[in-house]
Amino acid sequence: MSNIKQNAGDEAEFAKPLYTPIKRRSFFMYAGATAGATALLLSGCDDDKDEVVPAGTISLGSGDVGVLNYAYALEQLEAAFYAQVKDTPATDFKTNELAYFTQVAAHEAIHRDFFKAAINRDAPGKIIPSLQASDLNFSSVDFTKRDSVLAAAKTFEDLGVAAYNGAGKYLKTPAYLVIAGQIVSVEARHAAYVRDLISNGSFADDSIIDSMGLDKAMEPVDVIAAAQPFIKVKLDATSVGK
Amino acid sequence: MNILRIIEQLSEVDADVLGRFDSRRAVFKTLGETAKKGALASAPIFVASLFSKAYGQTTAPSVIEVLNYALTLELLEEDYYKKMTAAGQVPTGAPAGAIALILKHETAHVKLLTDTIKSLNGTPVTDTDVKFKESLFPADYATQLAFAQALEDTGVRAYKGQAGNLMSNSALLQVALQIHSVEARHAAHIRTMRGQTPWIPASDSNLPAPLGPVYTGGIREDNVTQSNVNLTTQLGTTYSANDAAASFDEILTMAEVLDSSRAGGLVA
Repeated sequence: MSNIKQNAGDEAEFAKPLYTPIKRRSFFMYAGATAGATALLLSGCDDDKDEVVPAGTISLGSGDVGVLNYAYALEQLEAAFYAQVKDTPATDFKTNELAYFTQVAAHEAIHRDFFKAAINRDAPGKIIPSLQASDLNFSSVDFTKRDSVLAAAKTFEDLGVAAYNGAGKYLKTPAYLVIAGQIVSVEARHAAYVRDLISNGSFADDSIIDSMGLDKAMEPVDVIAAAQPFIKVKLDATSVGK
Repeated sequence: MNILRIIEQLSEVDADVLGRFDSRRAVFKTLGETAKKGALASAPIFVASLFSKAYGQTTAPSVIEVLNYALTLELLEEDYYKKMTAAGQVPTGAPAGAIALILKHETAHVKLLTDTIKSLNGTPVTDTDVKFKESLFPADYATQLAFAQALEDTGVRAYKGQAGNLMSNSALLQVALQIHSVEARHAAHIRTMRGQTPWIPASDSNLPAPLGPVYTGGIREDNVTQSNVNLTTQLGTTYSANDAAASFDEILTMAEVLDSSRAGGLVA
């Protein structure tokens, strides 16, 4: 409580966008959302052709499919990480932890495979190449040590939550937004679980939740920058949602 | 699309054109609500109108309605945790610390939503309108935690169900998502305190009340099909129904949340 009062000034500043009346343009966008969704998606795809992407870089694309590819990239990273956790479990895992991480590994693999199926169905030819084991870099993680695994898991889960929270606004198709919402709360459950394993009670502590009671939200380019050390191939998120 | 273009052009010469549409809509709304008030005379006016709104919904709710709905759930949670703290059965140490942290967040959400509704010239529902029903407050700690789980997982499903209604306002949508994931963290922790998995297994949809109904609805939490893709059989790899159900949380509609079998039945 005292925290909230102390930061009253900052709070007003932070909340400012909230106080802005609905922008007219976004109102029209919303009103025409159903009719316009396909058109927006398609026009978004067209932008791809004009992009100049440096050699060796994978562009996640633009429009809704860019957001889906962005999510697909992150889910591939998480799924690969937990597959390794499952295959070479830390020698000092405690009771139930391997069983729980086996479930988390399945959730992330399902998310990955779902995005692959959805992108191939809804935007044929627009999917990014799948990230192979040789494209990933988990050299900073000591999979034999519980502490190292938990620290990396916390990074991935908190980052995943912030990524979905920040990307929702870029989706033009309501159905995709609902899907993103269905996944992000599961990522938040994973994040809370991992944080509690590191330190019981840290599931939503002040290091991750601000004085307004809000979780983090990050822009695609910032999320990719944070994830890039784990991915050898360069990802370009500059057009995601645009 | 033509009508939208006409309105857009109008808005260039008449800055208040949307306001005019809004106030006309508000008149119709008020007329409708007055007619329905008799049916729910005992409930506070706003909550009553929220309920009739949810059940009589034929068009998407306004942003203010969505925010007041979220605020109603936050007030219910806040009051519940206040009652839980006052009851004095939460063990000191980690459990008391967790409940205090969660209460702090619910209070912050109440303030944020209240301020936002006011800034949009709406009338926020208040803590005099929404209380957790005293007669339902559990006497023992274990059941208190079960109700906390019911409230948190309801919150997660409820926010998710309204995301589509906030697409008109990016800033508001993002804030709603940022609250939504906090509720999910709360839910995960409370579930862990109860010895449950932090995520929702398929079997939760079959629990007795107060928990079971939270995981049912038009789309149950044991659902394994997303966007017409069966996650157990159509992904190239076979996944268990339990993993498929737990990997995606599901929405609840406003009417489902406000149903007497769920949060609606807990509001005094």
